[in-house]
Amino acid sequence: MMNFDYVRPASVADAIAAASEKGASYLASGTNLLDLMKGGVSRPSRLVDVTRLPGLDRIEHLSDGSLRIGALVRNADLAHDAAFARTYPAVAEALLSGASAQLRNAATVGGNLMQRTRCAYFYDAGSACNRRWPGAGCDALKGENRLHAVLGWSEGCIATHPSDFCVPLVALDAIVEIEGKGGRRELPLEALHRLPGETPERETALERGDLIVALRLPAGAQGFARHARYIKVRERTSYAFAVVSAAAALRIEDGRIRDARLALGGVAAKPWRAREAEQVLAGAAPDAAVFREAARAALAGAKPSGDNAFKIELAQRIVVRALTLAAAGTPDRIAALPGSPFSSVAGA
Amino acid sequence: MNLPLSLTINGVRRDIVLDDPRVTLLDLLRERLDLTGTKKGCDRGQCGACTILVDGRRINSCLALAVSHDGAEITTIEGVGRGGELHPVQAAFIAHDGFQCGFCTPGQIMSGIGLIQEGQAGDDPERVRECMSGNLCRCGAYQGITEAVLEAQSNMTASKQRRSA
Repeated sequence: MMNFDYVRPASVADAIAAASEKGASYLASGTNLLDLMKGGVSRPSRLVDVTRLPGLDRIEHLSDGSLRIGALVRNADLAHDAAFARTYPAVAEALLSGASAQLRNAATVGGNLMQRTRCAYFYDAGSACNRRWPGAGCDALKGENRLHAVLGWSEGCIATHPSDFCVPLVALDAIVEIEGKGGRRELPLEALHRLPGETPERETALERGDLIVALRLPAGAQGFARHARYIKVRERTSYAFAVVSAAAALRIEDGRIRDARLALGGVAAKPWRAREAEQVLAGAAPDAAVFREAARAALAGAKPSGDNAFKIELAQRIVVRALTLAAAGTPDRIAALPGSPFSSVAGA
Repeated sequence: MNLPLSLTINGVRRDIVLDDPRVTLLDLLRERLDLTGTKKGCDRGQCGACTILVDGRRINSCLALAVSHDGAEITTIEGVGRGGELHPVQAAFIAHDGFQCGFCTPGQIMSGIGLIQEGQAGDDPERVRECMSGNLCRCGAYQGITEAVLEAQSNMTASKQRRSA
């Protein structure tokens, strides 16, 4: 690990000033960053420790019906907050399907949003990677790429975004609150992560010094509590990143889907909102035929980036499964194996 | 760069001056404070051998910078027994053969203690397995580990009820 300066500012303004220097990086719990630093993938010259910044560890119910989650709220605390899990069950299930109990105890909301891809070539400092080293090339294109992207990839980068948490969040129109040199601004979460295009090294819409201070779920996100699931296929039952995943949230009235939200994980460099599929679902009766049609619409633009054509079929099946389970109703308690298609839950 | 920090480790306050910000909690415990019960397995947050409690919560000490935890209260495997008496989770691991080579065991036990305090798994073996999935055991003692955590939890609940009765 390269040596670095360590600073622990007392205010958000001081943090932004300290992090605006070239080579600086924010440190929250560090569960991803320290791993990357140990491998020589990230080499910050300064770490700006934000873990003591005041006021960023709160979950606030705002008067307009929206929910504001401070960037330093720990993943486990959010998932186990009873009111949160009841109102946004797919988000809680996604959180609990990710990483391990130890990592969820440490990892923060803001850190989860900022985690880097798990592409093995990105992680191996000896491999060519355009994300790490613009113009170096992409060893994943001709390498072990069965887990790589099938949507929104480019010849420059076929990596996927690893977050589970972000998948139901984009489905629910989450908003990111950012403090930066120019003051406070906000961004739909869907616009935070970028597709690679010609500039895979530009992973997010953030500018130098920008600090995510909170995440907001708009009032409308509450309407899906009764029919919301997150389903995730992994290469082992627990403690693994998604091969593919899907968050499905439905508002069903009088036997019809009034509003549908669908997003996929593990398929692209960003959490993938499937609006075409949502349009297929809106107004329809929740049945197997319309779920299959929605799944086809969600993956209509997909193409293999390597040895991963199977992910296109798998993703469609996971979409159907997530929609079927969501339509059957949110279980009273999160399944023993959160997100797992192997969990025994009524309606599965 | 001298970085002073103060930690309470197994109930004892330790004032430390680090000369390097890169030191993890794991390396601080093992290399500088001679608390080698906490094990270094992968050093990358994938195996759970380094699990300790920080402010009562189980975390991977290999992915935690010591300097960032100034003021924290830390419990390691050395701090869970009471005098000559084993912690109920330690006793249950022996009773159920929850280990073979023993390398992952301190992390498993600290994780089991953390799991019981979190109170999310209840008496469901599947939930216990899921909540212990951050601790790998290359010997494959998982059956015994799950039984040990379940029994320890039930013993601890019973003795708590006895105390409050």
